[in-house]
Amino acid sequence: MSTDITEEPTGQAGDRPPGRRSFSVVGKRSRKYDWHAKLTGQAKYADDLSLPRMIYGRLLRSPHPHARLLRIDTRKAGALPGVFAILTGQDLPTKYGILPSSQDENALAIERVRYMGEPVAAVAAIDEWTAEEACRAIEVLYEPLPPVMSIDEALADETPKIHDWTRDRNIQKEVLLEFGDLEAGFAEADYIFEDEYFFEGNTHVPMENHAVVADWAANGHVTVWSSTQTPHYLHRELAKVLELPPSRIRVIVPPVGGGFGGKSEAFSHEIVAPVLSRLSGHPVKICLSREEVFYCHRGRHPVKMWIRTGVKGDGTITAMDFSSTLDGGAYGSYGIATTYYTGALNTLPYEVPRYRFRGRRVFTNKPPCGPKRGHGTVQPRFAIEAHLDRVAENLGLDPAAMRGHILVKPNTWTINHLRVTSCGLGDAIEAVIERSDWTRKHGRMRHGQGIGLACSVYLSGAGLPIYWNPMPHSGAQIKIDRGGGVTVYCGTSDIGQDSDSMLACVVAEELGVDLDAIHLVTGDTSLAPVDLGSYSSRVTFMAGNAARQAAAQLRARLMDVAAETLEVPTDRLAAAGGIIFDRQDTARQLPFDEAARLAEARFGTLGAVGSYTPPRLAGPYKGSGVGPSPAYSFTCAAAEVEVDTETGELRVRKIWVAHDLGRALNPTVCEGQIEGGVYMGWAEATIEEQVFRKGLHKQPSLLEYKIPAAQDTPDIDTVMIESDDPEGPFGAKEVGQGPLAPVIPAVTNAVYDAIGIRLTSTPITPDKILHVLEARRKRASAAV
Amino acid sequence: MKALHDLRVNGETVQVAFEPYKTLLEVLREDLNLTGTKHGCELGECGACTVLIDGEPVMSCLYLGVEAEGRDIETVEGLADRGEPSLLQHAFAETGGAQCGYCTPGFLMSATALLRRNPEPSRDEIKQALSGNLCRCTGYIKIFDAVELAARRGEGREH
Repeated sequence: MSTDITEEPTGQAGDRPPGRRSFSVVGKRSRKYDWHAKLTGQAKYADDLSLPRMIYGRLLRSPHPHARLLRIDTRKAGALPGVFAILTGQDLPTKYGILPSSQDENALAIERVRYMGEPVAAVAAIDEWTAEEACRAIEVLYEPLPPVMSIDEALADETPKIHDWTRDRNIQKEVLLEFGDLEAGFAEADYIFEDEYFFEGNTHVPMENHAVVADWAANGHVTVWSSTQTPHYLHRELAKVLELPPSRIRVIVPPVGGGFGGKSEAFSHEIVAPVLSRLSGHPVKICLSREEVFYCHRGRHPVKMWIRTGVKGDGTITAMDFSSTLDGGAYGSYGIATTYYTGALNTLPYEVPRYRFRGRRVFTNKPPCGPKRGHGTVQPRFAIEAHLDRVAENLGLDPAAMRGHILVKPNTWTINHLRVTSCGLGDAIEAVIERSDWTRKHGRMRHGQGIGLACSVYLSGAGLPIYWNPMPHSGAQIKIDRGGGVTVYCGTSDIGQDSDSMLACVVAEELGVDLDAIHLVTGDTSLAPVDLGSYSSRVTFMAGNAARQAAAQLRARLMDVAAETLEVPTDRLAAAGGIIFDRQDTARQLPFDEAARLAEARFGTLGAVGSYTPPRLAGPYKGSGVGPSPAYSFTCAAAEVEVDTETGELRVRKIWVAHDLGRALNPTVCEGQIEGGVYMGWAEATIEEQVFRKGLHKQPSLLEYKIPAAQDTPDIDTVMIESDDPEGPFGAKEVGQGPLAPVIPAVTNAVYDAIGIRLTSTPITPDKILHVLEARRKRASAAV
Repeated sequence: MKALHDLRVNGETVQVAFEPYKTLLEVLREDLNLTGTKHGCELGECGACTVLIDGEPVMSCLYLGVEAEGRDIETVEGLADRGEPSLLQHAFAETGGAQCGYCTPGFLMSATALLRRNPEPSRDEIKQALSGNLCRCTGYIKIFDAVELAARRGEGREH
């Protein structure tokens, strides 16, 4: 078998040995890499770590959504027995933020607080109890300011400015992108449709609260163990704020108890913990409470949207005009990227020949919004798919068939310069139509019951890094020991999505060994090459390709010595299950560990590195950095619902989903990602919303912010579509985020099918349903 | 003031000193270093801290350590028998019932109690028994599959 992987950054189609179709590890239902640790209670999450002499930190947070910070007096708190160190804003003056264009946060507020729950001081003490008591003893004098709590308030003429630098009211960013002659497109249309939608904000709720342990050693080196999705960026931001050479900082990621986007940037507790450690001379641990996690937030932006689409009689789109206004909360976070994402992927998965996008993000006095699963694409997908459902109905078309008709084709470019390679959405739609019995149900169920369908698209990794540079997005290193053990080093952060299992699978497949032979060193900025992080569904595609590239080089060395030993040409050799063998005479074999010893004798220490850099895909316009991806995943979902027209109760009976993931490296893990995404989308469609009252978070606990339990969750029917992407590792694309998005409009469209009323805002709660039913009754009786 | 208590954890009696206000969750995690039992919401809402007290699932964040004296406490660390995971633990590994794994110990304890009480539960009975445990990763389906698989293989029958 040839191993024609080059030393150049991959991303080219030549990456894959041609014609390879049979696998020994890929496609098998294997246990996750760390199953034993996670099922026996041995996995040590950040909150489970304990170091000798360790002390405990707490943050004091603002009780006001918007206030001037006039004075902080820490003297009483500092005099309490057991208190080791106290920090306030002036101690950490350097601003930071995940995006280079949004360096607008201080670890502890200086002069002004902008949301309730914003940290203003930090304490380290002998135990959490004492730290808490010290926080209460800190005297803070606030001058409350009027809070700005909605998009409308942020855009009012007399609105108080949350950040002094904004030029126009509280608008952080405005973007305008236009592709093609929009006017001509609308002139060409047979019909034009226009709608408005609102997507309410919601939050991630990983089961693990954020936690950090920091140890500032006597030699000035700092080690930070943190529940983060992005160790590389945390490393970078720690170096900036602590004003340390990055070489003196090591970030280690223990197993992370879920992220969903909520642990993707540096947080105050991660920055103050090492400083408290330096001041006290002790390791410091900070575990956030569940309430504090609600204040960290960085969740789904509330978004107001307007859409206007020109179509032909068969549903073909001639032009689309889309605008969005995002409620960003108090700081930048990922928000500029989120703003672009509310526009960037709207030219998929349907052909949109002319497109305009206007987006803007405003500041409000709420916890900062950021990326949640599907980052910025979920809100517009809700709008577009609900809108297209109305288009289909008005054109007298079946909404599933219309979508199938206007789909983008594989190996094409969109009007806004997105390159589409593999696309299995047509098959996905067909699978959902068939399995849900769509044709017999849609428009034909009795009043109160209905079925709806929607499609979506997502990235397999952002094509451009957050800090633009020509370096790889992911690196991997592999060594093989004399017993045939294979150790893979990669900076990936396993947040439960099973990136560890993915690395083990890709390397085991490439080398022809069993999964048991693989050891991993991941999530460690000192021991492993950089991976940019677990965001934008990038890890399988990028780290997978990097690891495969490294493994292929070692495979070539092993095959060389095997060919010589077995006296068989290398192109006749195959490897599987720890055996290298002649495909024409399978009795001719060389065990992998024997080959490793021979190869080490011949070539020296068996190690190799691999890198992945996406192809250059950004279009020739400002703002083109958001949207390009080396491959896109596609999803179709249908939801069947039952609406109680007396109580407004909405029950989703079943959801059918088909997701084009390129290839299912481990079908059990991939199904789990799809089911989890569908569950989360359904929860956003029907239950979850983050609500504020008088400037305060209305539900900062799991008693009040309800997430669905076992009995609530609908049945999910999952189909995996393998479109075999030309550039993905063994053809794989993303699976972690995409399947969430279509569920929300599918439920919305099903509610329309059930009761004949289109709801235009999320979540679809019983009171909203009752409200629209009541309004219809009133209209009907007024008409009589 | 700390006082000495005898606690029977996973079949072994241990002597441990702790303050009377400490929850069983805190005693297990901080004083006995049994960190397999997780801290999730401190309100009895998420079930990550579920342990068995005399065979019944209990949220250890709402249960004082002193109350546990004289009772049988079982945690996730006690499910394996001399290193061999239980049928339920194996079933979770096979079906993909654990993703991030943070809720998993709580689910394992609730499901273990269910299968001892009812070795052949229906899916509705499983849902009912697990309704006090929240999972944010799986959508629950692979957890139900795991409990059914373990039941088919006889988990709970020997107890």
